[in-house]
Amino acid sequence: MSKVVVMTSGKGGVGKTTSSAAFAAGLALRGHKTVVIDFDVGLRNLDLIMGCERRVVYDFVNVINGEAKLNQALIKDKRIDNLSILPTSQTRDKDALTKEGVERVIEELRKDFDYIICDSPAGIEKGALMALYFADEAIIVTNPEVSSVRDSDRILGVLASKSRRAERGEAPVKEHLLLTRYDPARVERGDMLKLEDVLEILSIELIGVIPESQAVLRASNLGQPVILDAESQAGQAYADAVGRFLGEEIEHRFLNTERKGLFQRLFRRTA
Amino acid sequence: MRLLDFFRSQPKPSADAAKERLQILLAHDRAGSTRPDYLPMLQRDLLKVIAKYVQIDEEKVSVQLDAKGSMSMLEVNIELPGPPPSAAPRRAIR
Repeated sequence: MSKVVVMTSGKGGVGKTTSSAAFAAGLALRGHKTVVIDFDVGLRNLDLIMGCERRVVYDFVNVINGEAKLNQALIKDKRIDNLSILPTSQTRDKDALTKEGVERVIEELRKDFDYIICDSPAGIEKGALMALYFADEAIIVTNPEVSSVRDSDRILGVLASKSRRAERGEAPVKEHLLLTRYDPARVERGDMLKLEDVLEILSIELIGVIPESQAVLRASNLGQPVILDAESQAGQAYADAVGRFLGEEIEHRFLNTERKGLFQRLFRRTA
Repeated sequence: MRLLDFFRSQPKPSADAAKERLQILLAHDRAGSTRPDYLPMLQRDLLKVIAKYVQIDEEKVSVQLDAKGSMSMLEVNIELPGPPPSAAPRRAIR
């Protein structure tokens, strides 16, 4: 039975697309047939992060409108078997997505894929509602910062009331917290919300903490999901999070600064 | 500079302020979002029915749902204008 997973946050710029790309790549690397859909109609970026922007011919909206077959719009990743990308339209507006159209595409994808990752746009308007409506599970991407935590709380409320599972009175959408751009040094200095504080406020299950990392920008420059950078802390943290998502018990890493010697501590440089 | 900071007393961490502000804000946000969607419609319908019998000011009607433990209470408050109605309209209401 395939699963529909929405990557959402309410707030923009917290790492939804980076996380969608990393998660989809991670699931595919583990041998699961995975497709990642860009729901941000008009502002498509997933294809850039995945490095397939020059291979886009047809998109999600074309398929919904019957202008192309699903197979014509799906882009197979060249690096990872089992991974496909469904890009969105750069030119239309968010009204191009209809509930019936999205449902038809998702039902068709369910036949071929184990995981369908929906990369949500920011906000709580139509595009974001469409991205979360059919979800079985939700990954809430949050930064340790007041506006992001507030918006995450808001989107949790939306999931609990506006998703199809909520409307039908079925088991609720399973929620996971993915805390991104976490900087242990700033947390230790008292300048950033602690993991424990965010967990206490949102009280949902933690799936991973991604440390602030230069590897994320490097990966986006190259059009490679950051999880492929196995040397980087961010890449490793995403790989751990994917493992936890699949039910493995993996201890959280990169939550504290590495111990430094006295010399380094006196002459430390701010990141 | 770093060396100097090291000896200076630390101000209250800003992260603590962030947590406090969030807790207050979210308590407020969550209280607002639990208001069921049907309340405004119920208020409109009640107004329509009451307006058939008495003149009332729309501003002076409040419909609230309070939850206490395992039970909820629907509180409807309607302020009628002027002195107590005379016998005739009273019969009309009943």
